Amino acid sequence: MTNSTAHPPATPLITLNNVVKYYGETQVLDNLSLTIPAGQKVALIGPSGSGKSTILRLIKGLETPTEGSVLVNGHPVGRNNRFRWFSSQPVRHEVGMVFQHFNLFPHLSVLQNVIEAPISVLRLSREEAIARGHHYLNLVGLGHKAQAWPATLSGGQQQRVAIARALAMHPRIMLFDEVTSALDPELVGEVLHVIRDIAHSQNMTMLLVTHEMSFARDVADRVLFMEKGKVADDGTPEQVLVNPTHARTRQFLNILTER
Amino acid sequence: MFDYAFALSILPELLAGLWVTLQVMVAGFFCALIIGVGVAVLLESPVRVLRIISQSYITFFRQTPLLVQLYFLFFALPQTGLQLPAMSTGMIGLGLYYGAYIAESFRAAIGDVPRGQWEAARALDLSPSVTWWRIILPQALKPMLPILGNYLIGMFKETPLLAVITIPELFQTARQIAGLTYRFNEPYTLMALLFLAISLPTSLLFSVLGKKKRHD
Repeated sequence: MTNSTAHPPATPLITLNNVVKYYGETQVLDNLSLTIPAGQKVALIGPSGSGKSTILRLIKGLETPTEGSVLVNGHPVGRNNRFRWFSSQPVRHEVGMVFQHFNLFPHLSVLQNVIEAPISVLRLSREEAIARGHHYLNLVGLGHKAQAWPATLSGGQQQRVAIARALAMHPRIMLFDEVTSALDPELVGEVLHVIRDIAHSQNMTMLLVTHEMSFARDVADRVLFMEKGKVADDGTPEQVLVNPTHARTRQFLNILTER
Repeated sequence: MFDYAFALSILPELLAGLWVTLQVMVAGFFCALIIGVGVAVLLESPVRVLRIISQSYITFFRQTPLLVQLYFLFFALPQTGLQLPAMSTGMIGLGLYYGAYIAESFRAAIGDVPRGQWEAARALDLSPSVTWWRIILPQALKPMLPILGNYLIGMFKETPLLAVITIPELFQTARQIAGLTYRFNEPYTLMALLFLAISLPTSLLFSVLGKKKRHD
């Protein structure tokens, strides 16, 4: 910790060392190594099944690498077991994650969704947590929905609540896992708008798995093109998206623009 | 044929028996609920031994008759030095037996909570106990309500078995009156009506509760 604050560039915030990941017989990551410095906004693109989401899930500790290691802020992440997450203490509260299917708690109001973790994990008082909850709900433009039930909200609104819920934990790293893929086309804009605002206003490290190329270009300062469990292309948005050097990247982008 | 004056004269005694029945039932049900939830949670434990123990518990209590379990608790267990009053034994007996069934149902209800709920809880670094109490169990409880209602009524209808371990519940009381007076019509008719008077409203209550819960 002291080391990383004294020499920020020396320790990358996120490190994947020779990570191999299998789901059963299927290999999703193939000896992948990656470092991400603090503050970087990284877009992960590529065909489905290329391992983009798995990288995010490994960083959050929702999956364990079959081989290799994942370090966040110098500490190894996660065991496979759903109850062992307290054993990865140093990484706690540093990584926020937003899912494709929002995963709001349906039996809790919007505000309760946002304040649950600040109260029970960060031990904020109820008043502090509520103030913080309203702050982040306002930030995503849903201050007026604090008392609503998740089921009464549109998909775009639910996803914005999920973003507020993650932000209320003040994470250093935010992971966005195809957060607009489950949304109707007319609702995609509002969610991307919120993420763009966060990306431009906060010095947070962000990883975004996305199929929205113009959004990736706008938000990211680094784009990873993934294919078959490997990083096939890695560079600035200009390098990867505007003038792709790799034939495979070009082909993938052409397919997307032809849609 | 049916002597109303006699029926009225034995009613207080039968009501006292019913009161005992209700006490054992309510206490036994809470026992069963606590055991059921606890065992269902242990079934998901990362510790293998705990999973095996809870699974064995469920298997044992579901695969043996309640009557046999009550006999064991009341007559065999005291031989090892563990002697409990009849009421406590009845309560524990019902709790252990129905706890196994409730645990099995809760396991299914917990399994029906979407995986995304676990992942969201974990993404927020909620502790295991907060995840269970605030996120998973409330969602599992909703579909459990009508099932729990059925078990409660089922348990109520099994209470005559407690007569064998000398608990003076409704059935035992009615049988004693019949034995002493040689009149069977009044005590047994009243007993049947009293059972109905409890189980019918209870089942209605749970079906209303279940419907209400489904709407919000």
